[in-house]
Amino acid sequence: MGKYLARRLVNYLILVFIATSMAYILAAVSLNPRSHYEGRNPPVPVAEQDHILSQYNLNDKTPVLERYGTWLSDVVHGDFGKEYNGQSVNSEIGRRMWVSGQLLLIGTILGGLIGIAAGAYAAVKQYRWQDNMLSTGSFVLLATPAFVLAILLQVAAVKFNGAVGHKVFEYSGQYNPAQAGGFFAHFGDRMNHLVLPTVTLTLLGASYLMLYQRNAMLDVLGSDYVRTARAKGLRRTTALRRHALRTALIPSVTLFTYSFATIFVGATFTETIYGWHGMGELLVTSIQGNDTNTVTAVTAFVAVLVLLASFLQDIIVGILDPRVRVG
Amino acid sequence: MTVPPEQLMGTVTAESGIAGQATLDETRVPSRRRVVWRRFVRRKTALAGLILLALLVLMAFGGIHLTHWKYTDHDFNALQVGPTSSHWFGTDLTGKDMFAATMRGAQKSIVIAFLVALMATGIAAIVGSFAGYFGGWLDRTLMWVVNLLLIVPSFLIIAILSPQFHSFWLFVLLLGMFIWQITSRIVRGQTLSLREREYVLAAKYMGVTGPKIIARHIIPNLASLLIIDATINISVAVLTETGLSFFGFGVQPPDISLGTLIADAQASATVLPWLFLFPAGFLVLFVLAVNLVGNGLRDALDPTSGSSR
Amino acid sequence: MTLIDAGASPAPSGGPNDEPILVVDNLHVTFPVTAGPPVQAVRGLSYTLRRGESLGIVGESGSGKSVSSMAVMGLLPSTSKITGSIKLEGRELIGLGDRDASSLRGKRVSMVFQEPLSALTPVYTIGDQIAEAVLVHNDVSKDRARKRAIELLDLVGIPNPSERAKSFPHEFSGGMRQRAMIAMAIANDPDVIIADEPTTALDVTIQAQILDVLQTARLETGAAVVMITHDLGVVAGLADRVLVMYAGRPVELGTTDEVYYAPRMPYTMGLLGSIPRIDASGKSALVPIEGNPPSLAHLPPGCPFEPRCPLAIDVCRETEPDLDPVRQSSHLAACHRKEEIETNGWAVDDVFPVPEVGEAPIERLPRAERPEALRLDGLVKHYPLMVGSVFKRQVGTVRAVDGIDLDIREGETLGLVGESGCGKSTTLLQVLELVQPQAGRIVVAGKDTGDFNRRTRSALRRDLQVVFQDPQASLDPRLPVGDILAEPMSTHGYNRKDIDRRVKELLALVGLEPSHAGRYPQEFSGGQRQRIGIARALALEPKLIVLDEPVSALDVSIRAGVINLLMQLRSELSLSYLFVAHDLSVVRTIADRVAVMYLGKIVEIGDVDSVYARPSMPYTQALLSAIPIPDPDKERSRNRIILQGDLPSPANPPSGCRFRTRCQKFANDLSDSERQLCIDQSPSLTPMGPDHQAACHYAEALAVV
Repeated sequence: MGKYLARRLVNYLILVFIATSMAYILAAVSLNPRSHYEGRNPPVPVAEQDHILSQYNLNDKTPVLERYGTWLSDVVHGDFGKEYNGQSVNSEIGRRMWVSGQLLLIGTILGGLIGIAAGAYAAVKQYRWQDNMLSTGSFVLLATPAFVLAILLQVAAVKFNGAVGHKVFEYSGQYNPAQAGGFFAHFGDRMNHLVLPTVTLTLLGASYLMLYQRNAMLDVLGSDYVRTARAKGLRRTTALRRHALRTALIPSVTLFTYSFATIFVGATFTETIYGWHGMGELLVTSIQGNDTNTVTAVTAFVAVLVLLASFLQDIIVGILDPRVRVG
Repeated sequence: MTVPPEQLMGTVTAESGIAGQATLDETRVPSRRRVVWRRFVRRKTALAGLILLALLVLMAFGGIHLTHWKYTDHDFNALQVGPTSSHWFGTDLTGKDMFAATMRGAQKSIVIAFLVALMATGIAAIVGSFAGYFGGWLDRTLMWVVNLLLIVPSFLIIAILSPQFHSFWLFVLLLGMFIWQITSRIVRGQTLSLREREYVLAAKYMGVTGPKIIARHIIPNLASLLIIDATINISVAVLTETGLSFFGFGVQPPDISLGTLIADAQASATVLPWLFLFPAGFLVLFVLAVNLVGNGLRDALDPTSGSSR
Repeated sequence: MTLIDAGASPAPSGGPNDEPILVVDNLHVTFPVTAGPPVQAVRGLSYTLRRGESLGIVGESGSGKSVSSMAVMGLLPSTSKITGSIKLEGRELIGLGDRDASSLRGKRVSMVFQEPLSALTPVYTIGDQIAEAVLVHNDVSKDRARKRAIELLDLVGIPNPSERAKSFPHEFSGGMRQRAMIAMAIANDPDVIIADEPTTALDVTIQAQILDVLQTARLETGAAVVMITHDLGVVAGLADRVLVMYAGRPVELGTTDEVYYAPRMPYTMGLLGSIPRIDASGKSALVPIEGNPPSLAHLPPGCPFEPRCPLAIDVCRETEPDLDPVRQSSHLAACHRKEEIETNGWAVDDVFPVPEVGEAPIERLPRAERPEALRLDGLVKHYPLMVGSVFKRQVGTVRAVDGIDLDIREGETLGLVGESGCGKSTTLLQVLELVQPQAGRIVVAGKDTGDFNRRTRSALRRDLQVVFQDPQASLDPRLPVGDILAEPMSTHGYNRKDIDRRVKELLALVGLEPSHAGRYPQEFSGGQRQRIGIARALALEPKLIVLDEPVSALDVSIRAGVINLLMQLRSELSLSYLFVAHDLSVVRTIADRVAVMYLGKIVEIGDVDSVYARPSMPYTQALLSAIPIPDPDKERSRNRIILQGDLPSPANPPSGCRFRTRCQKFANDLSDSERQLCIDQSPSLTPMGPDHQAACHYAEALAVV
């Protein structure tokens, strides 16, 4: 098993490298950081533009491959370069990583747990009202893109706050900078701000997983080994819990990586709309802002995360399913 | 345990011992298309989805002619007005009629979605079936390309390239480029198992060439899978397109899509809810309808399969 | 070697008393169906099972045999309607709630299912699953339950039980998994064991082992056994009484001797006559039963067997006969004319006409003078054994075919037999590929495949065609039958008019209606689809047809018709057949010569009469002795050779003689020095008769049939 995992790890690393390199080349060719220095009043002389841009390895007059080489040698030393205004990309990312990390972690885990539990429950109650409600709900959620959901929750929060007369749900930013009080007050404040974005991401993650898990459970419910378990004398619910659910978990875990990637995309919208300054927001602003190095760095971040998720998935599948454990 | 369905659908026939005439009972089995349609309509949700879908498409392409406002008009007498008898969906701060705008945006999004889905499914079918059938280096190369495209940040690429070129067709192409991979893997998997199916082997051993086998035996037997996947691709395409347009990476001004409309409405969503609700509502209803139809198709075409994609 | 009398069901220590343990009375099971009226799967089944008795329930698909047993276990879906009465020691089972029913299942009544791989949960170890059966009904510690599980595994003959208890189902072979299922079933000393086609998915020698294990289980628990199967041979040796079901109803019930030697219902007669037997001598046609088992959704008002019955009279069309005693005996039959049959003493031959099978003119020539249709010289095919899903790497070589020689002359049929993993299917596919093999030569109709280019290979495809096993999968469901038959011809450039004409000819040739060429495969029954597959193979007028188990996927009563068709076509068109099968009785009927394969090598080859009557290689002897014969006296008095252990992996065959690890001769009859020869040297084929060779250092003929 160890060798198998090691091999996959190497494979992933290669893919991350290729993806990030592709992103760099594409960004370097298409984006125009010079635009920040053009059209200014008083105008900046071209020679000075060149000088500044070359300092940050952003000069479009330097051949792409040369810039790539510089970038690569910096990255190997752990430095992702400079933004167009000279700020360090590393420090920007360093700050934002944790912001996104909170959202992603909670969204994935909660979304996963809720999705799987709801799916299993709906399968057992197939065609009854619980199933219909859950399935319909999931379908509607699935049809709602992240940005619509986020805005919807925001509007609902404002209305709710207005009706109650008190700001129950926070919908902007990570925390209130003017918050007074000690640790608990600050903690409570942060929790409050966490609620809406987390709910958005959780709902997104859970909906697809719920439908998938429901189908996986339905497949398993009619299987021969559940029938054997009942023939042994297990009650229906016991047989389902012990034999069906345990086996039906396996296909859902294989969705893990995919659902994680989806949640990250959802996070870009969520962060933008709720004003959280995380990696998702950075991706969008860096593209809009023609910032080559940042764009590449964010891509690398996402690729590494997907890799980790995939790796985790392989491990979990190995634990759950004895059939894939190669001797 | 239960009586297999083949037994119930079949016809009772007589066979002779060695040679001689055998008759087929007159009770004919209904054609496959009819059986599929009947199974589809029996699911209420599927039928509802189909009707909803038809209504929405009709509204987007036909309904826009019901109002005299064009999406480029600006009614300066009615700025930021809620729904009225003249402006059914209200107006925004430039006096633009939201009904016309929403329908125009919907048209854009729908057309893009259908084109992309068609393209993606087509590519997936060809790549997947060839990779699966021929195996060997062709398979390895194609799958390597698929894996690469999956890992490459497609969102990023479209986001960077599309605004540069301001081209509708480039956008469609790019979207299509990044959606077909997952389908192609499923097609490949199915082809691998079909390849060992005895009627394919029989064709091979009577001398039929590879591409002909794929065209005649494999792709038609994947039709159910492809149809279902095409519907999934429609909803994926529409969600991706509106998401990109939301950030300004997709459909470019002066053209509009549901995504751009929602982006414009975001800031004032609490005060001027109609600016947000109508485009968002149309979007959600459209995707919901497509998903319901897709689900219904899956049950109708392949009742034995339980798992979704 | 375990040489046991596969004989009369031995009575447990108390003696079989007349106390009924299970009484089924007028059982009806109805299922709702999505489109149309509900289907009556079981229509009025009654039988009594006495303590310690063994009852065989026999029937084809759709007869309702499995459904009735699932009703006894209470495992039918909740949408089904069950009426009647099932009493286990006086306690009514129908209508019991889940809790009460669960307390009986696995404790008083237990079941062994058909497909052991899918019947075991893949994520738990075998030991845990058996222990669970104990824990559910007994308040004991987990430790104690595990110990009991190991005891049970030992009882059913699994070597190293304490080690193997920690394995997962996918690590066990089919035979071992079924043993584990049996261990689960007897864990709590049940009173009734229901075995639903327990050996259908297994190889013949493994089947013999499992039937043996079932016998052991029966002795150990004293339980009554209900054996459900379509195989009349299996039932002949094991059951005290036999119940024959047709279209959801019992049609004959009696002791084994009564039913087999004096059947009184024409269906039973026809069934017994249509089964190919390994002790049949000469090549005569089988008794075909016309038509198909009826569809349960469209049952005719009278006797459901009437459309196929040669004795049918008017009253048979109107009213369904009851299951009544024949002449006040315990032998029951459901036929309006049973008294007549009894009085006149009619047997199969009197009731069913047996068709004449002709002989092709070329068959009159002695073998050596006929041209060769196929020749294999030292054919070898090895596969690399790959492991891993993303990064595949090679961990070994599967030696699927390891050097075989055989030849088929024009007009001749060679049966290539063996169990799974022996390499017969690989051989077949190798011949069909028509390429240069990894080693050795393939010569088809005098042309060496190594000399081919694309054009000559394509031309040769006309002479070599194939018929596959599965009638479902061998025809493209998207194409109408006419197109399916036209495909070979259009590929080879026939013109449209000729194709149309020939399609009609072919359909008529295999006994189907030519005007049905526009229909789709789903509209035909399994047997008819197989005929279409045969017609497709004949389209290009080939010389040699390769057949891969062409009848094993068909219902028993349909097989005879297709086998007869194959024999007729062979004589009419002077065809040669390479007939690959695991069913030796079919091969006995249709083949002139037979080759037995084991782990990639041919271990015995020769004229079919000679090999079946005097098998000289221990594997052939074990194989033949394991095949049940539908004749109770013969079955009871036979010497059955039960092999030990499982088939070795083809990636790692034993040195020297590959069969030595399971060989009964090796284990029991040879001295140490003699054994050394088997370990060191692989035996080559030595002549045992004019057309009979066996690969064994100590070959000795032994009659086992």
